[in-house]
Amino acid sequence: MGYLIDRRQNSKNKSAVNRQRFMRRHHQEIRRSLTEKLKTRSITDTDNSETIKIPTKNTREPTFHHGHGGQVEKIYPGNQEYDAGDQIARPEGGQGGGGKQASDQGEGTDEFAFEISQQEFLDLLFEDLELPNLTRKTLAHNDEFKRVRAGFSTSGSPANVSIIRTMRAASARRIALSAGKRAELRKLIHERELLAQQGLADDDDDLQELDDKITALRERINRVPFIDDFDLRYHQSVRQPVPRSKAVMFCVMDVSGSMDQSDKDLSKRFFILLYLFLSRHYEHTEVVFVRHHTKAAEVDEQEFFYSRETGGTVVSSAINLVQEIFTDRFPLNEWNVYVAQASDGDNWPDDGHKCEKSLDALLPQLQYYAYVEISNQDKPLWQTYAPYQQQHPNLFAMQHITGPEDIYPVLRHLFKKQAA
Amino acid sequence: MKKQQPISTDSDWNFPLLEQYETAIAAAAATHGLDTFPNQIELISSEQMMHAYASVGLPIYYHHWSFGKRFIHTEQAYRRGQMGLAYELVINSSPCIAYLQEENTLTMQALVIAHACFGHNSFFKGNYLFKTWTDPESIVDYLVFARDYISKCEARYGEQEVESLLDACHALMNYGVDRYQRPHPISMAEEKARQTQREESLQQQVNDLWRTIPTKDQPQEDFDEERYPAEPQENLLYFFEKDAPLLAPWQREIIRIVRKMGQYMYPQRQTQVMNEGWACFWHYQLLHDLYDQGLVTDGFMIEFLQSHTNVVFQPAFDSPMFSGINPYALGFAMMCDIRQICESPDAEDRHWFPDLVDTPWRESLHFAMANFKDESFIQQYLSPRLIRKMRLFSVMDDASKDYLEITSIHNDQGYQHIRDALAGMYNLGNNEPNIQVVNANIRGDRSLTLVHRMFNNRPLEADSGNDVMRYIQRLWGFDVNLESRQDDKLIQTLQWPPPGEIKSETNMTAIAIVI
Repeated sequence: MGYLIDRRQNSKNKSAVNRQRFMRRHHQEIRRSLTEKLKTRSITDTDNSETIKIPTKNTREPTFHHGHGGQVEKIYPGNQEYDAGDQIARPEGGQGGGGKQASDQGEGTDEFAFEISQQEFLDLLFEDLELPNLTRKTLAHNDEFKRVRAGFSTSGSPANVSIIRTMRAASARRIALSAGKRAELRKLIHERELLAQQGLADDDDDLQELDDKITALRERINRVPFIDDFDLRYHQSVRQPVPRSKAVMFCVMDVSGSMDQSDKDLSKRFFILLYLFLSRHYEHTEVVFVRHHTKAAEVDEQEFFYSRETGGTVVSSAINLVQEIFTDRFPLNEWNVYVAQASDGDNWPDDGHKCEKSLDALLPQLQYYAYVEISNQDKPLWQTYAPYQQQHPNLFAMQHITGPEDIYPVLRHLFKKQAA
Repeated sequence: MKKQQPISTDSDWNFPLLEQYETAIAAAAATHGLDTFPNQIELISSEQMMHAYASVGLPIYYHHWSFGKRFIHTEQAYRRGQMGLAYELVINSSPCIAYLQEENTLTMQALVIAHACFGHNSFFKGNYLFKTWTDPESIVDYLVFARDYISKCEARYGEQEVESLLDACHALMNYGVDRYQRPHPISMAEEKARQTQREESLQQQVNDLWRTIPTKDQPQEDFDEERYPAEPQENLLYFFEKDAPLLAPWQREIIRIVRKMGQYMYPQRQTQVMNEGWACFWHYQLLHDLYDQGLVTDGFMIEFLQSHTNVVFQPAFDSPMFSGINPYALGFAMMCDIRQICESPDAEDRHWFPDLVDTPWRESLHFAMANFKDESFIQQYLSPRLIRKMRLFSVMDDASKDYLEITSIHNDQGYQHIRDALAGMYNLGNNEPNIQVVNANIRGDRSLTLVHRMFNNRPLEADSGNDVMRYIQRLWGFDVNLESRQDDKLIQTLQWPPPGEIKSETNMTAIAIVI
């Protein structure tokens, strides 16, 4: 007679550890595959899982086995026309019958493909990225607390009862309340023993009296309650404010006429990726969208990404607006300020100096300024900005983007984790 | 026979029904004298089945990325519908653990109970290889020990460290078996006690071996006379466990664990055809018994026969479905054939199997199951009738010729040759390159020489071979060479580190001077 056991409810995901180890081991290849994928994948498509392909040769587990060559004799079923001694042409692939066995290592695809979940996808996407120079500023506007243990109290909710402390208190109380009686009891027992040794009969009056006393004393000792209200002890906890880094990110985009549709598209992609990164990693990061042509305006997310406008280009207008906004709403003692700007690099010729002036004022107040130029050569704005990169390598960074495939590497470059 | 009420008429299973089927099948199995370990039947979900797949069917296994890879692969294939999951998985242990998948219909559950819990189970208990090489009583204990030991090592020495060692060991897993020495099984308690002891004594031995310090003026010939090891070693993992100079005791223990696992798998690898054939034969027989007793309905039998024929179907070599000889088909056909030879032999059978004809079929079948492995089983029992039925033919693929030659077909001249060739296909000794340790230069540069004795001029696959050499180097700690020889003629050499890289100076002489 066998046993039947239902194991279906047993731990799910037993293979999770091994799967994780596989992912860790092939981390490099997975990353490479991911970067490939990003070229084609719509950046806003964050709801789907992704298929990752890594070269099979990197995942193989080598063993000693035979290669092609030598004499291999094999048996096959289903002969119809052959007779002994027939010679037949070697089938395509040059391996014929001999190949079947060896090819279980390499047959099929050259790539080991598997799916990762959306969560894993984003994890990989933004791994090792951070907002540079983030510092902890004031604790104002705290709405986040954490509870910390703070000793014990005599009042609280039943869920927080500390059993050990309570029992300890009860035990102490019992000892204290009964100590005198116990001493007396010991004395009486001792007396009774002495009397008993003298050979008195059990019904002797003295003995009887002693016995009664002992019984009475025992009862009084037992009457001390085992546990009492004031024995109760509760774990106490207090709310502690959590110090927090607050950051505001200004996204600045050029929407002037010189930006053609594909340029806008690229900068949108860049910002969406950036936005994804921020909203994922920093719950308390605010994002301000500023777009500009000859005039700058603060807009909402929808308008920033999807509306169309044209006109000339005056970059300083945007920089000034950024300055205004954060002096207005984001006091520097509370906020880390970041600016990311995307542009095709065109600027009104006269505006260069204004830009420099504005930027000189702005830069010292910022944590980081990232500029991406959607062109493959150094345009006027690039030239305006170039000195800053030299002077403030930790504060100012700029990169060219020429196609969608650059966006992810550039983002990684701009926000890569800096050595502490 | 008195007809009884069918156990079920529905296709949904539940536990009471499974129990009834198990009891009925057990009763039928008893009438045929099937001797089994007690059964432990576990119902699992498809995800758990995939996990079991990934860890080669063992219920408990240590963690390693390769199992993760296998899991991902299985999951992927299953989700895309490229493969169905096995209906069952059975583990050679006592009690014999069989996993049934919850998605099976009731008929399928009954089929796999007959197949796994009575077919495979009795094979595990009866076959000489399993008796010799595995210890079903203690395997689960040992698996627990192994997993705990390895996770302890991971905590202590780092996951990476353990992983790279396991990588190396896995590559040599098939070279961790003493083919001719019988190991003797021990329990977990003993294992643990011994393990500590082993750590110390093993290290002691190694130290002894390496204590000899050469002096510069010792003539070279002396080295050649005292070869180490004295005899070539085919059990590579055992050799490294005992003799690799640089390994720490825990590393030796992990090698040992992998070696034990390899040894546990060893009988399975050699009895695929027999094991599956035996199990198929008995599920076929036992379920027909149930049908004869009226315990199952016609509908049940139709469903059963449909899956049965799918399982034992052998596509012809030119069919797109062909992927080698189906061990289920060959095994099942041979088992049925043996019964036919016993019960109703014809003149040809009398000529080919004089010892088998007119014997009681159950005993003869049991004898065949108990005393052979695939290779010898085919050598012994493949009948001309079956060769004709399956229209087997042999093809010689000689790399030095630009054509393939049909060497024999299903005719009088061909039977014996086909038998031999088919048996050869199941001979592990032919299929796996024969590699042995022949010399460890213990007095000189500590390099290790392995020899691959080529079989039929078949070369080693160099790409993967080089990777394995790197692993061997990792285990041995010093240069390793592998020579492929056909009849003592050197054909191919693999080296790690690859030739051309600067060899590390032997620092042995320096030590000698200091002393």
